[in-house]
Amino acid sequence: MEDEVADISVKNVNKFFGDTHVIKDISLEIKSQSFTVLVGPSGCGKSTMLRMIAGLEDINSGKISIDNVTVNDLPPKERNIAMVFQSYALYPHMTVYENMSFGLKLEKRSKEEIEERVNEAAKILQIENYLKRKPKQLSGGQRQRVAIGRAITRKPKVFLFDEPLSNLDAALRVQMRVELAKLHDQLNATMIYVTHDQTEAMTLADDIVVLDEGTVSQTGSPLNLYNNPKNLFVGGFIGSPKMNFLKTKILSKSSDKVEVDIMGTSKLEVPINSNSDILESESITLGVRPEHLLINEKSDAEWEGKVFVTEKLGSGTFLYIEKKDEPLVVAVEGDADIKVGDTVKIGFNASRCHLFGKNGSIV
Amino acid sequence: MIIFNLFFYVFAGILACVFYYHTANYLLDFFTKNSSKKIYNDSSIRAIIFIAPALVVLIIFIIYPVFETVRLSFFDKYGRDFVGINNYLWAFNDPEFRRCILNNLGWLLIVPTLSTFFGLVIANLADRIWWGTIAKSIIFMPMAISFVGAGVIWKFVYDYRGPGDEQIGLLNAIIVSFGLEPQAWITIPIWNNLFLMAIMIWIQTGLAMVIFSAALRSIPKEMLEAARIDGASEFKIFTSIIIPYLEQTILVIWTIITILVLKIFDIILAMTNGQWQTEVLANLMYDWMFRGGGDSGRGSVMAIIIMIGVIPIMAWNIHRHREEQKV
Repeated sequence: MEDEVADISVKNVNKFFGDTHVIKDISLEIKSQSFTVLVGPSGCGKSTMLRMIAGLEDINSGKISIDNVTVNDLPPKERNIAMVFQSYALYPHMTVYENMSFGLKLEKRSKEEIEERVNEAAKILQIENYLKRKPKQLSGGQRQRVAIGRAITRKPKVFLFDEPLSNLDAALRVQMRVELAKLHDQLNATMIYVTHDQTEAMTLADDIVVLDEGTVSQTGSPLNLYNNPKNLFVGGFIGSPKMNFLKTKILSKSSDKVEVDIMGTSKLEVPINSNSDILESESITLGVRPEHLLINEKSDAEWEGKVFVTEKLGSGTFLYIEKKDEPLVVAVEGDADIKVGDTVKIGFNASRCHLFGKNGSIV
Repeated sequence: MIIFNLFFYVFAGILACVFYYHTANYLLDFFTKNSSKKIYNDSSIRAIIFIAPALVVLIIFIIYPVFETVRLSFFDKYGRDFVGINNYLWAFNDPEFRRCILNNLGWLLIVPTLSTFFGLVIANLADRIWWGTIAKSIIFMPMAISFVGAGVIWKFVYDYRGPGDEQIGLLNAIIVSFGLEPQAWITIPIWNNLFLMAIMIWIQTGLAMVIFSAALRSIPKEMLEAARIDGASEFKIFTSIIIPYLEQTILVIWTIITILVLKIFDIILAMTNGQWQTEVLANLMYDWMFRGGGDSGRGSVMAIIIMIGVIPIMAWNIHRHREEQKV
């Protein structure tokens, strides 16, 4: 679409806490009405990034603009944003209604308008029956709804979520995740969501931004990140259980493919970029996802290994196969008849394998 | 020699305690072990054994004096003849006593309110400046000074010399340097009460500030950030979020200072001894009971009035504390 402007733009932003360089020259374009998830391990700077967009944290250099307006020096309230915190951050002495209307009252909206907006938000979140209660009379899930409701009533252009589901139990988290996705469809607002949970990122996002130690490791749609990780970090971070990494080396190289060693027992030909500068006999890491390994099926390269743990989830089973260093994890169907101690034939398909060079980036 | 005696008595006291608890406990074990009767509730007897000494001390030094004071308030000057409610009637007709009630009410309204207010504001502001800790230490310091000591210090602040003389009082020195007439501050009726209250506020603000400082730290940061995102100004956050959040703490501090103020005595004694219409109940009681007056009946009446004043605040405090425990 032509009129789809970049709603939020982050350009060369740096942030220091004392001597620690936590955000290293990050640039991002976040599309209007998209659901963007910032994901990464703890300490990667994702929350700091969000707080800088919110205006809760100053930036040391660079530029952040929302809707083409530079907001570097604007206080949070002038940025047209709303934020939902991990701890809910509700006002304990106010009722749910007062919590949700606090921002509107400060904007000096009329009583009727406030009532209409709060009721509308309460209806969307199904908390109409709790409006007169205090936060401490609510369960964790209900509190989080109120926190989201408080954001909705203000009708901001951008919603910021800082790990909003982390304090909920597993079942509730899945339920709220679905509701957040629904909410995004209903509201048509730009949402930026911070989490350390790659499942949340994969299920919710239009675009994922993977952060690692203050830099952007890769951005893209969930499936793009899943299928084409640009480096070891993204490969390992996205997907559950995590991608298997085999330390191996290149046996021979031609213009568009290389032959790599599989456990010293077989060889696998993997296509590569023609401009890759990788050398013959160089050490390399082969990444392959558990669900892309084949058991007792025809494939491009095979290896036999012994199963030492099986995890049966019903919907699928994970086999842990003994090998040097970490075990190899293979995902098979839930009713696969494989027991601990069995020796299985594992097949590698070249098109599903990723090769990472010495510096960790894809070749 | 005194030191030796001191150590001896402390040691003997501890020994006596240990001896009492041990033997009592041992005897209880001895008798209950061989008795098959279950009617003795072992644990409740043991509880009584351990509480008894403290209870005895409480009864002798607190409960008994209360009843004795009540009794004395109905007796004459020497505590011999019963005079009914005459002492009370006298008190309510005595202009000086009425003045005390008024003054005490003034103290009660002004001192806890201002101390709490200043404490909260200072605690909140001091966290925003780099020299906040230093400022807080200085403001807290008066807490370490006794009321009489504070009285002496402030005597120098309010000190008055004739217009021709060099002013050694801080306040007068300042005023004279602006070319104004020196004032005998603590002799100006009504106003002098406020000058005395300033001393108490000076002392108690430190207490309030320290407690509020700790309480402010307990406020979740994210809640304040949420308020900022909601568009609240710093002042609005203070009035709409922080103050309601600290409501319990504010009430606790307010009651602590209120009870302290009800018993206000030392500052008055040191500064004016109740002259120039600054008399308060505790000081008047002291006058009637021990000085000049020597009237145990009238003195007791004052003591009881003070106690009656404290009771509702204490009761409410305990009630609130219980409610809090329930949640």
